Amino acid sequence: MMPVHAHEETPATMDGEPARESVIAEAGARRLPRRAVLRIAAGASALVLTGRALDIFPMLERVAASDLPASGSAETGAAHQWAFVIDLRRCDGCGACTKGCQKMHFLASDQEWIKVYPMVDAIGGEYHLPVLCQMCERAPCVQVCPVTATYHLPDGPIVVDQSICIGCRMCMAACPYGVRTFNWRPGPEVPSGATHDGPLFQAPQRLGTVGKCDACAHETREGRLPACVTSCAMEAIYLGDFVTDMATNGRATVGLSQFLRENDVYRLKEHLGTEPRVYYVAGHGQRVEF
Amino acid sequence: MDDVTAPRDPSAAQPSLAELAVRPMVHAGRGFWLVALIAALVAGVGAVGYAVQLGSGLGVTGLNDQVFWGIYEATLVTFIGFSYGGALVSAILRLVDASWRGRVTRIAEATALATLLVGALFPIIHLGRPERVLLILFQPNFESPIVWDLVAIATYIVATVILFGLPLIADLGILSEHPALGPRRRRFFRWLSFGWRGTSGQRRALERALTVIAILIVPLAVIVHTVLSYAFSLTSRPGWHSTIFGPYFVIGAVYSGVAIVILTALAYRRAYGLREWIDDRVIRNLGYVLVALAVAYGYVTFTEITTQGYVSEAADANVLYALVFAEYSPLFWAFLGFGLLLPVVVMAVPRLRTGAWIGLASAGVIVAMYIKRLLIIVPAEAQPLIGGATGVYSPSWVELAIVAGGGGGIVLILLVTFRLVPVLAIHEIGEIEGRGEEPARSASVVAIEVTT
Repeated sequence: MMPVHAHEETPATMDGEPARESVIAEAGARRLPRRAVLRIAAGASALVLTGRALDIFPMLERVAASDLPASGSAETGAAHQWAFVIDLRRCDGCGACTKGCQKMHFLASDQEWIKVYPMVDAIGGEYHLPVLCQMCERAPCVQVCPVTATYHLPDGPIVVDQSICIGCRMCMAACPYGVRTFNWRPGPEVPSGATHDGPLFQAPQRLGTVGKCDACAHETREGRLPACVTSCAMEAIYLGDFVTDMATNGRATVGLSQFLRENDVYRLKEHLGTEPRVYYVAGHGQRVEF
Repeated sequence: MDDVTAPRDPSAAQPSLAELAVRPMVHAGRGFWLVALIAALVAGVGAVGYAVQLGSGLGVTGLNDQVFWGIYEATLVTFIGFSYGGALVSAILRLVDASWRGRVTRIAEATALATLLVGALFPIIHLGRPERVLLILFQPNFESPIVWDLVAIATYIVATVILFGLPLIADLGILSEHPALGPRRRRFFRWLSFGWRGTSGQRRALERALTVIAILIVPLAVIVHTVLSYAFSLTSRPGWHSTIFGPYFVIGAVYSGVAIVILTALAYRRAYGLREWIDDRVIRNLGYVLVALAVAYGYVTFTEITTQGYVSEAADANVLYALVFAEYSPLFWAFLGFGLLLPVVVMAVPRLRTGAWIGLASAGVIVAMYIKRLLIIVPAEAQPLIGGATGVYSPSWVELAIVAGGGGGIVLILLVTFRLVPVLAIHEIGEIEGRGEEPARSASVVAIEVTT
């Protein structure tokens, strides 16, 4: 309204530049609706962006909101919710799990999806710590992937779709446990019958992408145990399932929650709030005879 | 030493501003071709290196699963940082209305553009699967800092092109009447200058547009470098996970950027006899900006190290110890000496405030800041997260070739740029320093007419 009014008035004030003022007024009259549209659009997008921005802190929301039990809380309706229990009292650091895993996934010998670290405990005792993907329920690697190439399966494992991965290695930066490996070189030959493409099982590994422990998702689907579990002669690695509340190392089967409760389990870097699904039975640096 | 204060008499004996500004456009001596040849060779070796990397994968680098980011990432932070310095020198000097700004704005803007164009290649060069980079656009995960990076850098490229292009409109308009240029080039310039005639309306419009872009580029560049730092600080990694990283990267960017503007200005001043305009006063003023940023960068470095070192959480302490006292300490102390101390000393001692010394300090800052980026990136990665050995990294010839090639590319782009456009902002100098007062036409048009 106002600009139009001004437009009618300007011709009266003649002091050499009448045309300019009326041009401004006219422009103002024309611009007004566009400004309004822009303002509405800006407001709307600000709202949307604020909503999206909150998504950036999903961990914060979930940490604040949840009283997560030490069980798979990911309520996906999947038939299983996988976890691992590693009995450090039994692990002798032989590395058979690493080799079994490499054989299963056709990995080069320098690619270790389960690493066995020699460790020293608080009182100088030595023990061995096998570290595979911790299957974090709040996984930093999933959060930072720019192209959603790495994601949770409904039953817990985190996999990489190597047909999408751009190889930026941001997930390797984000993973607090250092379990991700990069395919710097072409992988070893895979027998022709065994090649497979897909996030559940990728053989051979694709050059220039990130690979990691997939908790042998392709095996557990078929009712078989992960390679690290079956290859551990010490029977130190258990595959657990929160849905059926059972865990097995291939020979013995135990009740998962009871086993966790009775054995003073701990998880790696709990303070980071990543909610890993790999539980360790403390080894106190001693081999337990059995 | 002080030819600076000597009055610049626009008498016929002195070459005019426009004449000096077009010197690099019309004259290419042996020096030009020598530098261009070397730069092209280095860039060519870089291209060969990248071809090798494309052919065989990132295995040709010195990177490994522990130190998975190396000099590519340091280079991208450094080059984009250079760009920020260039853009900010131009924008801030404009916003504070520094009277001498016109003498370096073109060099600053061109440096910003050249370093950004090359720097923006490195996020792609570092990928294991560069051919998939567009997936970031087609299936973005908005939670990922890498996506923010892409958006920020892309926006920043647009803004920098505008920052470089806007002031050129007036200069190209002016030069479309310059007799030293061939008729075809003049026609082209006339077309590129959107009918610039230097009317008061056009000058006002340009002035306003320049102010707007100068205001916009400041927060934009802050965002770009903060987001770049997020690729590191939004992880839980000791040595990276720090709130100081945003400001750290922003200040570091401007700091090294001012240094490269000084070096470029000195190089062109020497090669084309531009001392009348890029005089020691201009270089000294830029030197003061440099020293202010040195102190600021020293402050953030100090506060980062103090907060980590005093509490000394085990993981932080390990990174810090390696940095200050152990395997990285020679590089760290070299950074302190060349990156922080040298510019302060040079600017503190009146006798040293000369072009040569300030140029030396700037070169030191550039090398030191590159080292600093490596020191930010590598030691934090090398530190084992759970157990096992400390990671090692030494860049391969492929990495070194590609990074050097990037440097050659920047030099080459700058050389070509100043073959195409004037090295001094003719219009802007005329506007601020008031050579000729005729309102309807830009001062430098008058300057041209006087000399021809």
